[in-house]
Amino acid sequence: MRKSELSRREVLGLGLAAGVGLTLLPGTADASVENATKMLTDLIGSKQPQPGKIRIDMPQIAENGNAVPLTVSVESPMTAQSYVKAVHVIADGNPDAGVATFTFTPMSGKAEVATRMRLATTQKIWAVAEMSDGAVHMEKTEVKVTIGGCGG
Amino acid sequence: MSIKPRIKLPAEAKKGDVVEIKTMVQHPMESGQRKDSSGKPIPRKIINKFACTFNGKPVFETKMQPAISANPYLAFFAKVEESGTFEFTWTDDDGTVTTEKAQIKVA
Repeated sequence: MRKSELSRREVLGLGLAAGVGLTLLPGTADASVENATKMLTDLIGSKQPQPGKIRIDMPQIAENGNAVPLTVSVESPMTAQSYVKAVHVIADGNPDAGVATFTFTPMSGKAEVATRMRLATTQKIWAVAEMSDGAVHMEKTEVKVTIGGCGG
Repeated sequence: MSIKPRIKLPAEAKKGDVVEIKTMVQHPMESGQRKDSSGKPIPRKIINKFACTFNGKPVFETKMQPAISANPYLAFFAKVEESGTFEFTWTDDDGTVTTEKAQIKVA
């Protein structure tokens, strides 16, 4: 006889998910890899991103998630014939997956940008580069966060 | 609130050089995800767009989300072939546009 449809493992999982949601992201949408994946599809459609060409420089451990340095650079000659059109940055553990979209032109000379970003929790940062020939590249890096940067 | 941009770039360069430009503007980048002491949500107010042009031509642009830290900092590059003026604009959620200019002499 079964009283509940939920297994012990499912119940534990739910509790854990709720706990994480409450501590880190009060009153916001669920942060998840699913949101990040959806965002990626919205950006590049059905294209299959290739590895390589992108370097993400971030600390492996961030003590304060309020301002984590981020540098993204993409290998490209940056000429009118071949250049990086855009770099999208996605965070798969923030309340909103979107971070920024950087748009380059051949006048940029170099496809590299540095900024500082907020990280709610330990998560992966995705950098997606759209090239002028239509190719798409993607790299990910994980940052461990000691104190989250989304406030309460 | 006063927004004071800070720009750093070389005053001079050689033709064809790729120069680094560093920019920062004072802004809280209120994410819209925080609550005040009485539990009321604090409305979102961020700089959502930054753009840089050189002699009127687009060089670099950024669309920003609340995940960008307060006092947004951006460092990027520009290839200069002639002397001229960089123009930088920051656009706030409320429509305010802050503009700053910087000259470079190219030999």
